[in-house]
Amino acid sequence: MGWLRCRGIAFKLSLLVLSGVTLVITLILGFNYHLSRRLMTEKIEENAFNLARATANRLNTLLKAAEKIPAGVAQTINELRPNRQELNNLLKNRLAGNPELFGIAVAFAPETGAPGTNLNSCYYINRSDRIEKSPITYDYRTHDWYQIPQVLGRAVWSEPYYGKSGHAIMTTYSVPFFRHENGQRKFAGTVSVDLSLNWLRNVVSSLKIGKTGYAFLITRNGTFVTHPNFNLIMNETIFSIAEAGKDPGIREIGRRMIAGEKGFTAFTSLVNRHRYWMVYTPLPANGWSLGVLFPQNELMAGIHSLTKIMFILGLGGFFLIMLVILLTAGQITKPLRALARSADQIATGNLETDITIPGNRDEVGRLALSFAGMQQSLKEYIKNLTETTAAKERIESELNIAHEIQMGILPKIFPPFPSRTEFDLFATITPAREVGGDLYDFFMIDDQHLCFTVGDVSGKGVPAALFMAITQTLVKTRISLSSAATLGQVNNDLAHDNPSLMFVTLFLGILNIVTGELEYCNAGHNPPYRTTPGHPSRVQPLASTEGMALGVTEDFNFSSRRLKLNPGETLFIFSDGVTEAMNNEGELFSEERLENTLAGTGGKEVGKITELVAGELEAFTAGAPQTDDITMLVIRYLGGGKKST
Amino acid sequence: MFTDHSPLEKIFCCCLLAMMLVSGPVKATASPLQKVTFIPQWVPQAQFAGYYVALETGIYRKYGLEVTIIDGGPHRSSADYLKAKKADFASFWLTTGLELCDRGIPVVNLAQIVQRGALMLVAKKQSGIVKPEDLAGRKVGLWGPPFDVQPKLFFKQYGLTVKPVRQSYSINLFLRDGVAAASAMWYNEYHSIINAGIDPDELTTFFFSDHGLNYPEDGIYVRRETWRQKPKLCRAFVNASLQGWRRAFAEPKLALDITMRNLKKARVISNRVHQEWMLNRMHDIILPADSRKKMGRLNKEDFQRVAAGLLKQKIIQKAPPFQDFYQQAAGE
Repeated sequence: MGWLRCRGIAFKLSLLVLSGVTLVITLILGFNYHLSRRLMTEKIEENAFNLARATANRLNTLLKAAEKIPAGVAQTINELRPNRQELNNLLKNRLAGNPELFGIAVAFAPETGAPGTNLNSCYYINRSDRIEKSPITYDYRTHDWYQIPQVLGRAVWSEPYYGKSGHAIMTTYSVPFFRHENGQRKFAGTVSVDLSLNWLRNVVSSLKIGKTGYAFLITRNGTFVTHPNFNLIMNETIFSIAEAGKDPGIREIGRRMIAGEKGFTAFTSLVNRHRYWMVYTPLPANGWSLGVLFPQNELMAGIHSLTKIMFILGLGGFFLIMLVILLTAGQITKPLRALARSADQIATGNLETDITIPGNRDEVGRLALSFAGMQQSLKEYIKNLTETTAAKERIESELNIAHEIQMGILPKIFPPFPSRTEFDLFATITPAREVGGDLYDFFMIDDQHLCFTVGDVSGKGVPAALFMAITQTLVKTRISLSSAATLGQVNNDLAHDNPSLMFVTLFLGILNIVTGELEYCNAGHNPPYRTTPGHPSRVQPLASTEGMALGVTEDFNFSSRRLKLNPGETLFIFSDGVTEAMNNEGELFSEERLENTLAGTGGKEVGKITELVAGELEAFTAGAPQTDDITMLVIRYLGGGKKST
Repeated sequence: MFTDHSPLEKIFCCCLLAMMLVSGPVKATASPLQKVTFIPQWVPQAQFAGYYVALETGIYRKYGLEVTIIDGGPHRSSADYLKAKKADFASFWLTTGLELCDRGIPVVNLAQIVQRGALMLVAKKQSGIVKPEDLAGRKVGLWGPPFDVQPKLFFKQYGLTVKPVRQSYSINLFLRDGVAAASAMWYNEYHSIINAGIDPDELTTFFFSDHGLNYPEDGIYVRRETWRQKPKLCRAFVNASLQGWRRAFAEPKLALDITMRNLKKARVISNRVHQEWMLNRMHDIILPADSRKKMGRLNKEDFQRVAAGLLKQKIIQKAPPFQDFYQQAAGE
């Protein structure tokens, strides 16, 4: 069925409708044929029975008429005991009065014959011009016409036989007569009449049923008495025909016929192979059976030609419907096809394609309208999209610039003070979004003191970056040798006019690079780590100065702490982006992991330390998106005037 | 071809051509054919197919015989024809042959064609007859002598008393239930009954040959003087006839064509399927059951059995010696 899917709607529609039409026409034709045939068959059966019954009645009447004559003679013999002369006259008279009879005979049983002769009979036959006496010269006692009525004790029609002339087929009706001796009935002889079957054959062969229909008559033995095929007459029985044709069906029909049944049956001739309807009915007088055959093809010719005409009409109708469907389907699908072409064009990106809107407002028209509307919406959408994209690109480029500016604020050249041998410093920032809120800075306050800061502004993006820039500038402006005082001033500046309620956590350290003394103040920031080299290195957080994030409240008193760094010790200052980095399971990197990492950084270069921590972070997060800025600043104190290699 | 010749030359050529054409067949009749007549014991039918085939396919001529087959029939007894010298050869039953000898008519059996008797009794199962005992007290159609020998011995064998009814040549008395059982030849009347619409399974059959009464039937007979004077002629006739039978069995279609032709010529009422049945049954009863035995031989045991039966029934007073009665003419 795959091929059907590729075909057009017009084709599919035509195929489906025409299949339906063909089915309907076929059903109508078949039903009509079947019904007509049944009606016709019923009619034929009725007519056939009537015809067969009428013919059988006619034959039967003739036989019955002939039966009366010998019956009358037998009665006369029984009652009147005529002498020879009287008997001869009686027979001659009967024969003269019934010209349809061929002959009449009285045959006496031997013991009742005249003395001297054992066999006694008299026989007269009807010549065309006279009645002639014809003595029976053979021993008739073993002849059917005499013996069967004798044995059966009743009148019997004989099987047909060829008459003396050899041409006429005859049948004989014999009536036995009896005499009574000592109260016992004894067979005394028979009275017989011979009847030529010519008249009977004439009646049967006068039945004309179409061109090929015919009738036939069979005896009680199944022997053909009349049949259009003369070779069958007398020679064949219906059973020998069945045997020769190996047709047990015909034998069965024959058995029903000789059993005196009547019936109507389909029948295929063994001679011409024509199909017939056959009706058979018995002749009650002698038990013979008349078969009448009605040729099916002739009788059905009307129905066949009617069916043929209906078939031709159906075929014409079929083609007419096919034509109409093809035209209509073509008409209906024409705008659809145009629409399909336009859609193909649109699919390739050509939104300027013209869509033809058909004149009428059927489904196709509405579809075309919708399609045109869709095309318009699509065009507008794409226009909007183009504009939005342009705007977004502009903002993005501005954000990039802001990022560059922010990065520009942060010192980025390492080592920052190549001439200073007292310490090594390295810092890095990885913003979570283009513009981050973390900050770091370092600068020399004077020849001996290095100031360094790491902070984290609340919020992200441009506002955070601006707040950060302000904070950084304020630190630089307010810097003194007291970290607590510096932060106190910066805090007041930030908190003073802070409508957006932003704040920043900040760690500020001031290192005396000559003595290694560190003064620091922590405004709510993560405590940095101090690493003392060893195996493993000792890592410990700087003690808290209990400061609060900057910009929250004015006039907060910050305090600072002091400690002394020994040469080789390192400070690791960071933002919460490091310890709160999250992996896909929602687990934090944590201070513990950071401490462990730092423990392994003993003598490493400061740049390498940030690299190592960044590597650990990357390994931990395993591709989970970065949610916060990551800022790290590392300072290693090397001691007054000496620099490590 | 005559364009360049004179009229006289043309006539000469024509005469020459005519002489050449005529001289051909003259040579074939080197030795003259011996004219003989043969009469079968019944009308032309497949019972005698072998003789008609031998005649019509030129087998008799090949044996130097010009045979005329006289139609037998109910009013033309083959035994009478042989006795009256109206025929040289005749076919009749072994019982008839023995009877003729007994009456002092010197006939010789040259060949026993039918080896197994086909005479039987047929009854309708519907009439309650399924075994021999069921025939007791019933009307049974019997033909006249010698066809009644076996039935009478059969009844005696089973201790039955039946009411015999003289049976005609037709089977109608039986079909009309005038008799409970009828005599029949397996190859003839039995099939006629089937073809009158009675199915084989509706019939009970008693084959006398199944009851120790196998009387071989058709044989070829001559007068003793013929045998004495012309033994070669007798042998030729018998061997040609046997060859005719062999041909008939080998080519049943040909045999049936020939049979039907002769049957129609004699105005015998019959049909081809009946003759086909008859030919097939002749095949069954002519070919010896023992394939080592040859066709057309009279067995001494068969002869003695038949003779004993006839003596018992007092149909003959004295049986002729076997070697006198039977002169083997079949074979070389």
